Amino acid sequence: MLEKIFLLLCFSSALANQLCKPDASDGYKVRISLKTALGDDAYVWNENEMFFFRSTLAFAMRTHVSGQRFEVSNIVVCNETPRVSFWFVVTQPQNLSQLIDKEHVEEAIRKSRSRINSAFLLTDNTLEFIGIQPTLAAPVEPVTPPWLIVFGVVMGAIAAGIIVYMVSTVVRKKRKKNEKTNGDDTDDETRVKTIESGRAADGVYNLSFADDERL
Amino acid sequence: MKLQLPNPDLEDRILSYEQLDRLEEEEAESRPKWDNKAQYMLTCVGFCVGLGNVWRFPYLCQSHGGGAFMIPFLILLVLEGIPLLHLEFAIGQRIRRGGLVLWSTIHPYLTGIGVASMCVSLTISLYYNTILAWIMWYFFNSFQEPLPWSHCPMNANLTGYTSECARSSTVDYFWYRETLNTTPRIEEDGGLQWWILLCHICAWSVLYLCIIRGIETTGKAVYVTSTLPYVVLTIFLIRGLTLKGSLNGVKFLFTPQISELANPKTWLDAGAQVFYSFSLAFGGLISFSSYNSVHNNCEQDAVIISIINGFTSVFSATVIYTIIGFRATEKFDNCLSGNILTLINTFDLAEGNVTESNYKDTVIHFNQTHPEVIQGLDLENCDLNTFLSEGVEGTGLAFIVFTEAITKMPISPLWSVLFFIMLFCLGLSSMFGNIEGVIVPLQDLKIFPKSWPKEAVTGVTCILCCLVGLLFVQGSGNYWLSLFDTYGGSIPLLVVAFCEMFSVVYIYGIDRFNDDIKFMIGHKPNFFWQASWRVISPFIMLFILVFYFITEISEQLLYKVWDPESENFPTLEDKQYPAWVYVVIVVLAGVPSLAIPVIALGKCLWSRKSEKVRLNIGAQLHN
Repeated sequence: MLEKIFLLLCFSSALANQLCKPDASDGYKVRISLKTALGDDAYVWNENEMFFFRSTLAFAMRTHVSGQRFEVSNIVVCNETPRVSFWFVVTQPQNLSQLIDKEHVEEAIRKSRSRINSAFLLTDNTLEFIGIQPTLAAPVEPVTPPWLIVFGVVMGAIAAGIIVYMVSTVVRKKRKKNEKTNGDDTDDETRVKTIESGRAADGVYNLSFADDERL
Repeated sequence: MKLQLPNPDLEDRILSYEQLDRLEEEEAESRPKWDNKAQYMLTCVGFCVGLGNVWRFPYLCQSHGGGAFMIPFLILLVLEGIPLLHLEFAIGQRIRRGGLVLWSTIHPYLTGIGVASMCVSLTISLYYNTILAWIMWYFFNSFQEPLPWSHCPMNANLTGYTSECARSSTVDYFWYRETLNTTPRIEEDGGLQWWILLCHICAWSVLYLCIIRGIETTGKAVYVTSTLPYVVLTIFLIRGLTLKGSLNGVKFLFTPQISELANPKTWLDAGAQVFYSFSLAFGGLISFSSYNSVHNNCEQDAVIISIINGFTSVFSATVIYTIIGFRATEKFDNCLSGNILTLINTFDLAEGNVTESNYKDTVIHFNQTHPEVIQGLDLENCDLNTFLSEGVEGTGLAFIVFTEAITKMPISPLWSVLFFIMLFCLGLSSMFGNIEGVIVPLQDLKIFPKSWPKEAVTGVTCILCCLVGLLFVQGSGNYWLSLFDTYGGSIPLLVVAFCEMFSVVYIYGIDRFNDDIKFMIGHKPNFFWQASWRVISPFIMLFILVFYFITEISEQLLYKVWDPESENFPTLEDKQYPAWVYVVIVVLAGVPSLAIPVIALGKCLWSRKSEKVRLNIGAQLHN
């Protein structure tokens, strides 16, 4: 009895070895970069982590392939390297010698990608499934482009400034006009004074006439 | 025997010393005046210190032998820049007019110099404000995290990034596609780009607000626009020095290669840089100086402003290269990490086995054991000096290289906002001088009726320039801008500067000029000024002019285009200009340069004709 169990185990592991090999048609290569992702806080990749990984994959398969109860033993791993990379294949729960199709495996992994990543504190770049491209996040487009808002603010300030200047010019001119009409009497006296002082000296060079001649 | 061309009736056209002193006392002048000396100095500093100090000088410095470039730069600064500056300040302060009236006062035939200055100032004003519009666009886009030039947009069916962006880089794509929307040829105009049009109108509005009442408003604006760049540069210097790899950049910039001094192009570029950096021959500096009081010490001003200009060039070069050093080190580290990752992925080595220090040995080892695999990997050659030499100039530096560096710094939007405010202030303060060089001659030509207030004159000028500047808002605007910059702003300025020097020294008379300066500042200019005004500076100007002319004529006229369909994309492709562009070039460079002799000849013939008519009438009356 014991021998039979022993033979069966040997047989199944041999079968599993045959199923899982590098470049298997229904398998995927996984590459994990712990040091890049976590730096000094990186944990060591050992058997327990591998067990965790296989159970995560089994979870993904259970959730997305309807009706079948996958176990950790259905995820077969081989060809581990110090890089931390390995190949895996998924066998059917009922028939250990039959593999699940590549497309189903890919679909399951794609859908649970974020859960798998967060289980290991990794990202799409540091936990790679070679052959399965990560789906890019859809861009968030705000309703109004932010630059238009800043443009509006700046343009408003400039327009306000120009209007203020125009208004102050008009006010200044009006004030001058008022002063002129009020101060007409005092102007005559000052005009007499300048003529007297002008006669004594040689006269100030009148610039306004010079322009016409010079050009 | 001093050379002096005949100049009759000069005394009748200029104010005598007594008249000048009386003007000063009675303040009878109706001309605008500076509120205080600081405003005048800041305006001149702002005009001289411009975008060229930030994005032309560092490139020249680095490409012509680093620290060794300082030698020709400083020598030519002293022999060419300072004398010309002093000359412009002194003549403006003495004659107390700017623009055309100044030159026609010195001699009626010389009005052409004023016209040429005006044409050049107009040409440059048109396109310079478009650069400000681009800076504003980047400034508006800096108020978001992450910055829009740090990631590529997705393509139509959201499967990946747009192909143009994926093949070049995020910053290249943002500049050529999302900002300029550039066409592959200058003939294709691509239509007006509405977002740049908005920024264009905004830039002209800001300029109008600052020059609305002439130096009354400009004088207040320069308190901000001339001082803010220095504050920002200091902040960037402190930030830059704390970044990794910044000292690599500074070392690369200043490492001297004395052999470059033997290359004549180094001296030529140094001379041209000094000349253009001082914004001479635009007419703006003469105009600003004419608003000064008569006894202002223009000699001291010239020396101070030259020192500030030179210092700013070196300072900004240092700041720029700390940031470029940081960017180059980042790129180098990324390149190396990429190669290391490829290696450990291919050979399934543990992470951390291959580091920067043993990378080379590892490659050699694997090249011996698996040579075909190593060849197949096609590992990039990572060289820090290559990345450092990617230092570009002009718009490429500001909008591609520097923006890329900013995206890698923490709190990128803050640095982006600061950088573009600094560029905007640098450009705006230069625009004040450019526009002054346009408006004052226009007023002298009496194009605007006298009844119009100053606000209307500046307003109409700004609106007209804005409309003509729409040429640069098109898809092909970038190509037009570099065309105007290369041909409209180079040769005519050299011609005008040479004529200015010649006119003041030999037509106005160096003796009279020396006496004027003695009257204004109290002592005669010493031997250095005499030698440089009479011989050294004109000779240098002539030399640079002739060489520039020869190089422009002999070179094939090519321009660089961004063409996504070209083979070498993303490298810019060289294309030849179409035939009709040559006409544009001749007009841009030829009209201002030829205005001087043509107008001189025209006036000469006209005065001879009117002299003959007068003699005839006189003879008839006598009979």
